[in-house]
Amino acid sequence: MKGDRKYIFMFLLPAALLMSAFVYYPFLKSLYLSFFRTNGFFDKKFVGFENYTRLFTDSQLGAATLHTLEIMLYVIIFQVGIALVLAVMVDNISKGKGFFRTVFFFPIVISGAAISLLFVLIYNYQFGLLNGFLAKLGIEKILWMSETGSLKAIAVPTVWHYVGFYFVLFLTAMSKIPSDFYEAAKLEGITGFKKTIHITIPLILSDIKVVLILAITGTLKVFDFIWILARGQNGTEVLGTYMYKKAMVDLNFGYGSTIAVYIVVFGVVLSLVTNRLLKKEDITY
Amino acid sequence: MQQTHAGTPEHVQPTARRTVSFGSIFTYLCLALWSLTTIYPLFWIVNNSFKISRDVMNNSFAIALKPVLTNYTNAFDRIDIGKSYVNSLIMSISTVTLVLVLGGLAAYIMARFHFRGKTIVQSILVATLLIPAFATVVPVYELLIKWKLVNTYWGLILPQTAGNLTFAILVIAAYMATIPKDLEEAAFIDGCNRFSMFTKVFLPISRPVFASASIFVFLWSYNDLFSALIFVNKENVRPIVALLNEISSQYGTDFGLMASAVSLTVIPVLIVYLFIQRFIEKGMTEGAIKG
Repeated sequence: MKGDRKYIFMFLLPAALLMSAFVYYPFLKSLYLSFFRTNGFFDKKFVGFENYTRLFTDSQLGAATLHTLEIMLYVIIFQVGIALVLAVMVDNISKGKGFFRTVFFFPIVISGAAISLLFVLIYNYQFGLLNGFLAKLGIEKILWMSETGSLKAIAVPTVWHYVGFYFVLFLTAMSKIPSDFYEAAKLEGITGFKKTIHITIPLILSDIKVVLILAITGTLKVFDFIWILARGQNGTEVLGTYMYKKAMVDLNFGYGSTIAVYIVVFGVVLSLVTNRLLKKEDITY
Repeated sequence: MQQTHAGTPEHVQPTARRTVSFGSIFTYLCLALWSLTTIYPLFWIVNNSFKISRDVMNNSFAIALKPVLTNYTNAFDRIDIGKSYVNSLIMSISTVTLVLVLGGLAAYIMARFHFRGKTIVQSILVATLLIPAFATVVPVYELLIKWKLVNTYWGLILPQTAGNLTFAILVIAAYMATIPKDLEEAAFIDGCNRFSMFTKVFLPISRPVFASASIFVFLWSYNDLFSALIFVNKENVRPIVALLNEISSQYGTDFGLMASAVSLTVIPVLIVYLFIQRFIEKGMTEGAIKG
């Protein structure tokens, strides 16, 4: 249409300007900074790949990577797993669908910071919810936030927080499966568990893939829970908190940026691998 | 469950019905258990917020039959949670508004116009989803210092708006792409230009996706601890998440106060969610969420 170019330009410009200033320029600048040794904002010296070689010898970063991968494993198995099981269950019931949908979504509405405080109270050794419960049963109290147990303890709220989100995505995908499929299956005598395995799951495979990629890249952003519950101590340091400490606490912007670049590359590689592993034709009805 | 009605032989019926009902009891049991994990902690925290700290410690399960409001008055007087509330609302609502306006306009172009380089723009947008805040925070901080925006409302609004635009554009554009072309032609014949087409046709039809996008952007902005800690962590502008972080390090032993702070942060959002939740589902069911 005539005059379209004017509109295209006018409508895209504000978003483009803002994103360039606060996403694209900063991202490129981070890449640039990762080649410098810095001391505050004003003192920087080009050091080539020195920061990157440091990455590979930094044992704290190695530990943070392993901790992130451990949480990722729990997220894939439990968060996505529970979400899928709950979605299959809710998809199969006739009464109360709306109720469960609403209630399962509750945790997402709550901030990670608030959930963390909640779990501070739940895990507290002397009078937390869990130990209070154990005391009632006459079992000895457990130190939940211990050297060895902290990461697992923090993984629990992390997983619990977003189950509802993926649950809704799965349920939505399932509700789009045309009923003909199920009717045909019923004629063949395929019901219940078999139906889930042979019909529902294959038909929503592309959604499972999307959810897995969201969950995996989401794990790389984990910060709130670790920061408030343990400040990254007791073997709970993850990539996000380590980057924050290096860049914003030690004010080592150069190396902090290098870690950030590492996180981005890690995320891209993991998404590509997931995409590759689950490669299958998309199904359209 | 219907196969019992659909011509199964008489004698098989009882067994079939029994397995079905066992299955559904099991299903409801599991679902009820999970809902307990999402409801009970909320109840527990609200309940404890009405007790003095000593009672929280001694018996956190007892129901607060004689509720005390000490924790709430403390929250407002000692840590000025009211101020943080106002800060949070100002910044998050501004972020949502900006994201919807700028994102809506851009999404309209991405959904309905053809121009050179559109596929490139689209790919860049999708790739942007892979850039976490960690990878932009240092230069953004530098920019904000240069523009004297650190510890001002704009210091959080601008980066958060930019950070959420990608999601909003992709989701809204995906929704708008499903609006039939005929509608557009009819409006055009009625004398709509491109802009009035946007305001009179596209905006009203896309209301569900705007609603669900606004909910998510609001939640992500309101709950974003990382940016808040860096860009707006001074008392006069501090949003509520940053205050919660402060509470956990400064008042970590005042359990009543912590419980009331968590309740105050969570309950209003939860109530708003209950009122507008149907929009979330509608926006998500239209197939929009898939980036």
